[in-house]
Amino acid sequence: MKRLFKFFSSLKLTVWLLALGILVVFFGTLAQTEDGLYVAQQKYFRSLYAVWSPHDPALKWIKVLLPGGYLLGTMLLINLLAAHFTRFQWTWKKSGIFLTHIGIILLLVGQLATDMFARESRMSFAEGQWRNFTEDFQATELAIMSDAGQSDMDQVVTIPTTQLAPGREVRHEKLPFTLRVTQWSENADVRRRGPMVDKDRPAAATQGAGASLILEPTAATRAMDRRNTPAVVVEVLDPAGQALGTWLFALVLNEQEFEVGGRTYRAVLRSTRYYQQFSMKLLKTTHQVYRGTEIPRNFQSRVLLENPKTGEKREVDIYMNNPLRYAGLTFFQHQMGRDEIDANRGTSVLQVVKNPSWLTPYAGTLVVGLGLVVQFMIHLVGFVRKRGA
Amino acid sequence: MKRFLPLLTALWATTAALLAAGPNAAFKLQDFAKLPVVFNGRHQPIDSVARNSLVQMRDRYSLYDLTEGRTVPAFEWFAEVTMNPEAADRRKTFRVDHPDLISLLKLPAKDEARGEDGKNYSWNQIEPGFKELEDQARRIFEREDPKRNERPMDASQRTTFEQAVLKLRNGLTLYLRLKNTILPGNTTNLLADVAQFRAVADEFRAQPTNPDTRQKLISQIFNWELIESFDAPLILPPTEILPGREGWTRIGSGVASLVWGDRAGELFRTLQDLRRVSSAPGMESSPVLGSLRERFNTLLDSATAPKPPPPALEALEQLAHAFRTRDPGTFNSVLVSYQQQLVANPAVAGDLQKSQREAFFNRLAPFYNTMPLYVIAFLLGCYYWFNFSEWARKTSFWLIAFAFVIHTVGLIFRMWLEGRPPVTNLYSSAIFIGWGSVGLGLLLERFWKNAIGLVVGSALGFVTLIVAHNLALGGDTLQMLQAVLDTNFWLATHVVIVTLGYASTYVAGFLAIVYIVRGAFTTGLTEPVAKSLARMVYGIVCFATLFSFIGTVLGGIWADQSWGRFWGWDPKENGALIIVLWNALILHARWGGLVRERGLMNLAIVGNIVTSWSWFGTNMLGIGLHSYGFTSGAFLWLGVFIISQLVLVGLGLLPENRWRSSIPRSTAKA
Repeated sequence: MKRLFKFFSSLKLTVWLLALGILVVFFGTLAQTEDGLYVAQQKYFRSLYAVWSPHDPALKWIKVLLPGGYLLGTMLLINLLAAHFTRFQWTWKKSGIFLTHIGIILLLVGQLATDMFARESRMSFAEGQWRNFTEDFQATELAIMSDAGQSDMDQVVTIPTTQLAPGREVRHEKLPFTLRVTQWSENADVRRRGPMVDKDRPAAATQGAGASLILEPTAATRAMDRRNTPAVVVEVLDPAGQALGTWLFALVLNEQEFEVGGRTYRAVLRSTRYYQQFSMKLLKTTHQVYRGTEIPRNFQSRVLLENPKTGEKREVDIYMNNPLRYAGLTFFQHQMGRDEIDANRGTSVLQVVKNPSWLTPYAGTLVVGLGLVVQFMIHLVGFVRKRGA
Repeated sequence: MKRFLPLLTALWATTAALLAAGPNAAFKLQDFAKLPVVFNGRHQPIDSVARNSLVQMRDRYSLYDLTEGRTVPAFEWFAEVTMNPEAADRRKTFRVDHPDLISLLKLPAKDEARGEDGKNYSWNQIEPGFKELEDQARRIFEREDPKRNERPMDASQRTTFEQAVLKLRNGLTLYLRLKNTILPGNTTNLLADVAQFRAVADEFRAQPTNPDTRQKLISQIFNWELIESFDAPLILPPTEILPGREGWTRIGSGVASLVWGDRAGELFRTLQDLRRVSSAPGMESSPVLGSLRERFNTLLDSATAPKPPPPALEALEQLAHAFRTRDPGTFNSVLVSYQQQLVANPAVAGDLQKSQREAFFNRLAPFYNTMPLYVIAFLLGCYYWFNFSEWARKTSFWLIAFAFVIHTVGLIFRMWLEGRPPVTNLYSSAIFIGWGSVGLGLLLERFWKNAIGLVVGSALGFVTLIVAHNLALGGDTLQMLQAVLDTNFWLATHVVIVTLGYASTYVAGFLAIVYIVRGAFTTGLTEPVAKSLARMVYGIVCFATLFSFIGTVLGGIWADQSWGRFWGWDPKENGALIIVLWNALILHARWGGLVRERGLMNLAIVGNIVTSWSWFGTNMLGIGLHSYGFTSGAFLWLGVFIISQLVLVGLGLLPENRWRSSIPRSTAKA
């Protein structure tokens, strides 16, 4: 037990962990060229271990086994804590080192909390449009609305697409029917079916828009700035188990209607939505570039913020380096463009981040910075005194 | 200093002689070079446009003409491009290195008697091969277009031939842009063209419903819009200060504004939208097209009585005419009166001053000129180690101090020109790393007085300035900053501190190189020298840890402020993190007694590799938010540097009896 404790508190372990940390960061960075930022992050930094291979097919046999970010972070944390309980003696001369390590613990814990609790989504709208939800950039959902009336507060049932594996049957207590998944693609192109060219290829579905479309699955994209466009084909079974035909739902398609038991339902495959207590309206977009160049000078969205709960109604400007922090969310100016149909209408995409632990890195940085400065000053003063003597 | 005086005088004399020679010597082109224009989104002197453009076409700031046997400065070349294009088209402006490209374009081989150097070619020589060049470029772009390919190829997968194709094509495009600055569309008489336009506008106003006059005016607008679309430098000054106005304009919109005033820009934009929308598939019957047409016609109908051309347009035309007809007297007097016009114009007086300052800075070339000083100081410092002659050390010290002053002045001058903190791009980071290293070296020397700080400081100063010089070959180093980077607060804190972290890690690494080289090859590494080096390296690594850590987390805070995430595992962020981790590793290994003196030195040398990878390697991956300033040639040099450092580490690992210096096994902790 004592030896184990000694091992966990040793400086040797620290050096090894730092070295491994450097390796995993290095290979995790290299992997981004092939895997894209998101996948590489999951594989190397949000994991217990990772295996790196070069992307040249001839060199694929090379494999580097690395500890993942979570494993290393935990080990470093244990190492730090153990060292503090055993080796460290509190003296003024070491106060800087002590502070530095407290700060590093804060940073590690903060990063873990961010990984676990932070959620990024986007709010995209054109000038004049209202939004009371943000959309996930990765996750998608199949939303089924029952036409209760005109109100927006219709009954909406959402099914995360992660549940849509082929062959699976999806039931929901609020829906009188069953959906049987016949086909699922993480990324797919949807195109019109040519009566001559596609003579031998059946349409994607028997009902709805899919009856005249063809579904072409493609490889999942890994680029940071592009997203997958998933598609699903489902068969609707009425309460008696009778098949009513198949429908194609895809991210690129609009809402489609279908009828079960005399009632009309609308369904759409869309980015997963997070509804908010407040709504925002995009009033005006400003997109400036430096004269005679394409270098962006300013992206700015003026929005009207309305919260019926608090009675707030105010206009805010969101632009680069000037985000809006509201209701536990932070809104950053992300992209800006023109409406595809009406070129005079500006569009804006806001990045929306919910990160309850966003303050921990600030605190951690402050403590580490203070610790390093204190320690550095102690050394410097000692050194200058010695040289001066 | 005395011994350099004759050298400097000789240098100055030859430069002056070179500038004075040539067929254009009688024209006051140096004053022409100070005229302001707007290019790359910023006000700058013609001199800067000329230098930064020429360097992109031929990797040099001037042009050596074999037949004339003299160096043509960039501004003279620019004067030809803009005012006497026939002459410019014959100049060997474009550097073509790749043998495959030379043979593809059927360019002549080296033949000095005929004025062919085998690597620089003129527009006229390349022109017959434009189609070939364009085909090659199209093939590359199609391959990399994500819309056409499921897995588009990456720009980093281009072969050297393909890189050469695109580089030449960029150079030709830039040349074409510049050519349209004063005499657009190969016109020989701009004023006559403008007079014709005004006549057509008058005719239209007399008979606005006549389809014939309307069509004539439309084709005039098409012409001026086409001229505008060449993206030439903006050379026409605004005539009055009006808030919200666009200020400087190109010839095209300047001419259109004689009839449409402020709405000329809108007219052009509408025309561009119209062209774009009507060529898009499936838009033929779109209501957008209808509304655009309607807007265009309304704008067209808002034509006012044409104003006479502004004095600047007349002056520029006269300058061009005098230059082409070889009339220096008229050229020089028109230039003087045009300068007076600008001085008297309150809307541009500030721009004129600013561009004169920048032209002066270009001529001063403070960073380029300090390079030889650092080399001499370095050699003197090394010389001291062999015979400990105090004069060598002192001379070296004062030379570096002098160079450091020029370096600092240059840095501050740049900051003043830009209105920014010192580091805004990769180029200025190199300048700043050099500055920080030299400063640290001088500081170390003040404490230890053993020339080690001098040698390390001058070596790093020189190397980083060479790096900066090569980075500048990419073009404008004072480029405007994108919106994300447009914050002086974070540039002044995060960027400056993290760059100082880079500088100090390099200083520690170079100190370690001194230890290894002197230990392995000389007997100079005595115990006191070794001890002092160990203490220096240890101290600097502490300093580097402090700065790289604080700099890195400040970057995180900036990212949190701008994008909502403290850490995004972006390559540059990771690079900085690796530097922090590496410095922390060195310190912990030292504290834990895992390494002694030599181990410390070897680790510090690896720090050079780590830092270089973060500084350049991460940019070469071509991904992420920081992937600015990618240079392919740099890749090779990075490789060479890394290998050299590994060799040094290998030397450091040799058993002690293979070293020439015999240092007692040091057990002392630093």
